[in-house]
Amino acid sequence: MSSKIFYADAGMGRKVKGQALVASDGFSARYDLDRIRGVFSRPEHKLAGESYRGRVLVLDAAKGGVATAWMLHEMASRGVMPAALVLNRANPIMVQGAALADFTMISGFDVDITKAIPNGAEVEIDPTAERPLIRVF
Amino acid sequence: MKLNDEEIAMRAGEAGPLRQWAIAHQIKVGDYLGARDFVPVGQAHIMADTESLGAAGVEWLERWAMLPVEHRNVRIPTITDPRGTDFAHAAQLKQQPWMVDLERRAIAAFEALGVLMTDTCINYQTIMPPVRGEHMAYGDTGVVIYSNSVCGARSNFEGGPSALSAGLTGRTPRYGYHLDERRLATFLVELSWTPRELSDWGALGGVVGRLAGDYSQVPALVGIDRVPSADEMKHFGAALASFGSVALFHMIGVTPEAMRLEDVVPEGVSLKTHDIAEADIRALRARYAKDIGAVDVVVFSAPQLSLVEMRMLAALLDGRNATIPLLAVTSPQVKPDCDRMGLTGRIEAAGGTVLSGMCFYQSYAREIAEANGWSRLATNSAKLTNILGGYGYRPVLLSMEQCVAAACAGGTLT
Repeated sequence: MSSKIFYADAGMGRKVKGQALVASDGFSARYDLDRIRGVFSRPEHKLAGESYRGRVLVLDAAKGGVATAWMLHEMASRGVMPAALVLNRANPIMVQGAALADFTMISGFDVDITKAIPNGAEVEIDPTAERPLIRVF
Repeated sequence: MKLNDEEIAMRAGEAGPLRQWAIAHQIKVGDYLGARDFVPVGQAHIMADTESLGAAGVEWLERWAMLPVEHRNVRIPTITDPRGTDFAHAAQLKQQPWMVDLERRAIAAFEALGVLMTDTCINYQTIMPPVRGEHMAYGDTGVVIYSNSVCGARSNFEGGPSALSAGLTGRTPRYGYHLDERRLATFLVELSWTPRELSDWGALGGVVGRLAGDYSQVPALVGIDRVPSADEMKHFGAALASFGSVALFHMIGVTPEAMRLEDVVPEGVSLKTHDIAEADIRALRARYAKDIGAVDVVVFSAPQLSLVEMRMLAALLDGRNATIPLLAVTSPQVKPDCDRMGLTGRIEAAGGTVLSGMCFYQSYAREIAEANGWSRLATNSAKLTNILGGYGYRPVLLSMEQCVAAACAGGTLT
């Protein structure tokens, strides 16, 4: 099977596979999500109405406030959670939240990753590799 | 990260399992973000409302709270952001008993850890403002951006787990805004119009935040025609942080690290300049006013109101009657002054409700909207308008005066 690989500057968490949900937009658990229903809820968000459960979110930048640092842990406890987060640019809150929740996240690419990954593609995230990566099948 | 002997001992568990978890968490974060070592911090400030924590987060805290006192107490002054309720008004807000119970459990756990329950996002106005150059581990983006920009302190956005870790270890990873080189401007904003009232300062923050786009960006503003007040800086910074994930701004000739443009733009460096006019600020406001002829509720919150804002609100409400819910949220430090000076009485005599120690969007905003039949909301906080769309509200950004007029006209917008 042919695949394409994009390397990230940093990563944490476990190796995961899933279907990509891609948009050139930001990410904040507080601002953007209905965490009970597991959908993007902010009307202006490009993924408004989309379910994120089990998906690999490929987005532009971490946005919003500090609540995501707790919310990823809370979302994981209920199992209504993305599989992983792939960002062009992380911020400290996403990193802190991923660290608490033991959540898979990679960030920092030499291309715009939201343009490089097709929406709906099957992908694998490996933050444990010598260079963290996302592989597109 | 390079660790000293004390940090190595904490990582080995010699200061107990909670400090062992805390420093391991900080190392994980520091490694990801390129920190070379730790920096001691003077205070920590924890955002931990129970909507964010959930039952899982509260149980996690309660497990640590059962440790022996020498293993569980924070080492530096550690304070808290607003909570998820004002217990005196939980029933009025139609919050459910399980929400209130979760809040009580979280508070008990934090108190067992030695945390000071200040419950405020305006600690820089009411508790102990940081000093220029002082390293901090502050939560709440509004607190961080004000402390960094207006006070010249040094903090990154520290989410609840990381702020708690800093409280326990007395340090934080040295990355981002702890470093001189990260505090230089990355783009310029040339203003041809200086806002005159609080909601316009917030709208300006929103416009600049949209231009910034991510945490690494540091805008430097030129063209402000006067020195803004602390409340104006508060609304500007809170919106800038909310819309843009920005943690530091400079106002040339105003903020302490930018008395001159060359203080934050090194010689030979050319930065992109964005021009912002009054029309840009009006355009941001107009985005939130589409198709709304009336509102169900008026909210003053995010950030909590200062004593001066509470006085302004009381004066606007004197002799009038709010015929839809009007909520004014302040800090537990300001509220007793408002009570003592009669401001609470004046606001409540006009039909308003004064809430203390909470923040509207951190208080189960979706659930209280459904319970109270609230959908359309007026506020003078640009930050609040930015957040509440995701909670199912249709917010509109108005001046404090316009908000009061709407509340006294049954919600009708004029």
